Amino acid sequence: MSKKTILNSQLSTLNSQFFAFVRKEFYHIFRDMRTMLVIIGIPVFQILIIGFAISTEVKNVEVAVYDPSNDEATNRIINQLDASEYFNVVRRLKSANDVDNEFQKGKTGLIVIFSEDFGKSLYHTGDAAIQLLVDASDPNQGMTISSYASSVIAGYQQELLQETNVPVRINPEVRMLYNPEMRSAYNFVPGLMGLIFMLVCAMMTSVAIVREKETGTMEVLLASPAKPIYIVVSKLVPYFIISWIIFILILLLSVFVLEVPITGSLVWLNVFTLIFIVVALSLGLLISTVVKTQVAAILASGMGLIMPVMILSGYVFPVESMPPVLQWISGIIPARWFNEGAKKLIIEGVPVRSVLKEMMILLGMAIGIITVSLRNIKTRLE
Amino acid sequence: METKNNSQLSILHSQLINKRYGDVQALKDISFEVGKGEIFGLIGPDGAGKTTLFRILTSLILADSGQATVDGLDVINDFRELRKRIGYMPGRFSLYQDLSVEENLNFYATVFNTTVEENYYLIRDIYKQIEPFKHRRAGKLSGGMKQKLALSCALIHKPTVLFLDEPTTGVDPVSRKEFWEMLKKLKAEGITIVVSTPYMDEAQQCDRIALIQHGKILSIETPEKIIAGFPEKLYQAHSENNYLLLLDLRKNPNVKSAFMSGEYLHIVFKSEADETIPNLKEIVPAIEDCFIYLMENGELRMEN
Repeated sequence: MSKKTILNSQLSTLNSQFFAFVRKEFYHIFRDMRTMLVIIGIPVFQILIIGFAISTEVKNVEVAVYDPSNDEATNRIINQLDASEYFNVVRRLKSANDVDNEFQKGKTGLIVIFSEDFGKSLYHTGDAAIQLLVDASDPNQGMTISSYASSVIAGYQQELLQETNVPVRINPEVRMLYNPEMRSAYNFVPGLMGLIFMLVCAMMTSVAIVREKETGTMEVLLASPAKPIYIVVSKLVPYFIISWIIFILILLLSVFVLEVPITGSLVWLNVFTLIFIVVALSLGLLISTVVKTQVAAILASGMGLIMPVMILSGYVFPVESMPPVLQWISGIIPARWFNEGAKKLIIEGVPVRSVLKEMMILLGMAIGIITVSLRNIKTRLE
Repeated sequence: METKNNSQLSILHSQLINKRYGDVQALKDISFEVGKGEIFGLIGPDGAGKTTLFRILTSLILADSGQATVDGLDVINDFRELRKRIGYMPGRFSLYQDLSVEENLNFYATVFNTTVEENYYLIRDIYKQIEPFKHRRAGKLSGGMKQKLALSCALIHKPTVLFLDEPTTGVDPVSRKEFWEMLKKLKAEGITIVVSTPYMDEAQQCDRIALIQHGKILSIETPEKIIAGFPEKLYQAHSENNYLLLLDLRKNPNVKSAFMSGEYLHIVFKSEADETIPNLKEIVPAIEDCFIYLMENGELRMEN
């Protein structure tokens, strides 16, 4: 045999060995109901919960009006609002001071404030101001309310144009209260992905590797010619593939159930996410090299990874509003950078160069963690 | 009987191996050799250090001091090559419970860079007995069948030395007997077998045994020689209430030692046997008697 064929045959045994390990791992995953439930059930369930939490249906929103002008124009606008199926004008406010308390005390969803001498300035200058205060604590609802109200006003503007042939301009000034950034459920999708990948990649892989130590199969494998590094890396491969499938599943659910518009490049979104999946997998690998029992692996990944992701990645609390110390700590949490990058790619639809920083940070983390974990892999039992 | 200590014939050398876990001296100056094609038994109770010794010899843990070679390979420096040649069956059932019998066997064959077909002749007799259940998950097999599967997996690459750590623990008597039959067939194939067991009655199945207690080897010999070395006359007795009888015997100044062995009491007297003891009968000692004698007295009388 020439050198080349020897090398080839070595490579092929290596391949078949690796393939056997990967196939075995898939058996483990598919035959364990609990594992299947965690890796498929949780992502779908979480996305659907968010999906149901978002309601875009707007009907009979209570409207309060502050109308210091009280002329024909304002009354016609108020009547048209009231006539629409979306709005019920329930209150007329007596002074501007009442506006502040209005949202707190009732179910009011919209406050319409006319400028003084609304009608006069409309007829004389062709220009009048109207302010719409929207309760945007539910951002989708807030968006819908503001657009319906704006369209009623635009409709009145059209009528005026037809009646008088004088072009007028009513400027609705919309203000979203309680949620000025319009943080919507969309924003939860990247954060949720970060959480799910930590669960599937880091927790499930660390448990899967440690299970072999705990049940004693690692003892047999270590006493075999299989290299320890292949033993563990082959356990990561199925979780990598499954994570990617979960990612695609989440994207499909987001687009078709949550109606999240994915505005950025799909290819780069995939690349970016796969880098994060590698980071999460390497964290799972790292945990598996230091703990000895499955319970310890769950605790380590739960307390050490998933909790910080929930609290510090910007998933629940925005990073910008954290105290500086926590902001600094959040910098070492991979999910924070994934969250920020994915948000930019999914919601803002920016070109890939805008997430270069996040991508590089994640890549650096992946390389660092993999290096440490590979060094930690032992060729013996202790 | 030929001496097995000839280094040309021996396949395993262990020299002054020590291992300590905290305050516990798990192994103390363990030195022994195993001849090629021998069935070598490590006999001792739980906690004697058998598993630790197995793990050192299979390169799974490092000894604190001492040297060992298996099939000419150092267990520390040549561990990669060593792991290709040895077969190891840990004390705990260590196959994948959620994989079927067939899948386990195929998996281990691939891990050892071989195929089930290649060495099927070696495991045929064993595997045939579990083949009807080859689609059953390993976790659902009975204890005896699990051991047969584990043995098949440990044998699939035709190892030169087979390490079996308490293979018959938790296995029914019939399967245990079958298991030893299989080991004898493997021996005929030229495979050296190092096996540990807490069951003294199994010691007789080995070519040579090492009696091990508290990390120390008490004696290494053929079972026959160990029994022949029992220096006293041994008697057995039994009565309606063996426990009361045992208490009486222990108070008797003429009794050197007395202990329960199954449904009988085994007794060694200081001088003449006391004929008043019920159902007294002189018997040939078993390995268990020798083991207990060794624990109490340190050594047997060995003829050279």
